[in-house]
Amino acid sequence: MNVYADLFLTFARIGAFTFGGGYAMIPLIRRETAEKGKWISDEELSEIVAVAESTPGPIAVNAATYVGRSAAGFFGALLATLGVTLPSFCVILALSFLHTRFHELTPVRYAFFGVRAGVLALILRALWIMWKQTPKKIFSYAAIAAAFVACAVIEIHPALVILACAAAGIVYALIAERRAKK
Amino acid sequence: MIFLKLFLVFLKIGALTFGGGYAMLPLVADEAAAQGWLDSETMLDFVAVSESTPGPFAVNIATFVGSRTAGVAGAVCATAGVVLPSFIIILIVSKFLSKFRENCFVRGAMSGIKPAASGLIAAALFASAITVFFPAGLAPDRFISPAFWISAGIFALSAVLAFKKLHPIAVVGVSAALGVAAGYLFGL
Repeated sequence: MNVYADLFLTFARIGAFTFGGGYAMIPLIRRETAEKGKWISDEELSEIVAVAESTPGPIAVNAATYVGRSAAGFFGALLATLGVTLPSFCVILALSFLHTRFHELTPVRYAFFGVRAGVLALILRALWIMWKQTPKKIFSYAAIAAAFVACAVIEIHPALVILACAAAGIVYALIAERRAKK
Repeated sequence: MIFLKLFLVFLKIGALTFGGGYAMLPLVADEAAAQGWLDSETMLDFVAVSESTPGPFAVNIATFVGSRTAGVAGAVCATAGVVLPSFIIILIVSKFLSKFRENCFVRGAMSGIKPAASGLIAAALFASAITVFFPAGLAPDRFISPAFWISAGIFALSAVLAFKKLHPIAVVGVSAALGVAAGYLFGL
């Protein structure tokens, strides 16, 4: 098969069969690429997962772009990224129209009434996992508290909060490095 | 123009979401409310739908907000916007992956961004909890309404299931079934 078609179809399959996104996709990507001896090595995939932590955007998109580029340059990257995105795009498009059409129906309304409370629990769990991964340092606690207060109480735009905390992190790292040198 | 607006807003969101998944929730919720694109209840509905459908959370939410705001073309613009920053950045850094990760500025920035993401998600959770439990604002008579206690019960049970590592799709399914049962039982 043509490498472009192969990239597109492989990543479309990965996009279509992983629920919840994020790290759930990594094992499938590994099985479809490195384990088959295709496109990238196991070490490279681990490296890209680590790098995806420090680059913006969904980890699946990061991985697809990287694998596609390694395999077949720019157009490989484009097709792999398109492939990983397209299945969820189509599914959500369909569900969005169904939701608009049917959300006034009584059983659907009741179901979403229940689901909204359930989603709070899912967000809480996601938050708990992030909390466990947070370095136990005063700087981290202060950044969490400051971000919460800035967003929930003062209503500063979240984008500004992220940029400010990134800047604070850089300053903190530079000061720590200077101290270590002394 | 709405298509350009969707593209640019999601470009910004895509460029500022690190770690993916729920980290983008506060940004999307804030923009959707500020632009008047979605109410907060519809937003929560689609967080649940995104959890129960394949694909990255960010793509799902972008597609949904785009299609709700401006149809299929809107969905294309929003999704392209959210994907483009990570696409470009990976193309750029793919030549020197480990150097990028170990760079002092990148590490420093990430040491600030990660806790900030937790704080912002906590703020989004807080706002969502108010939407669910006090949709009409804080009023004392809310505490005697069955809807409040049913929501509280479903939340408590879902939290137990979620922390017992039940799959998110199952949590969504259980809470939907409970919502339907309670709805007919109490005639909400």
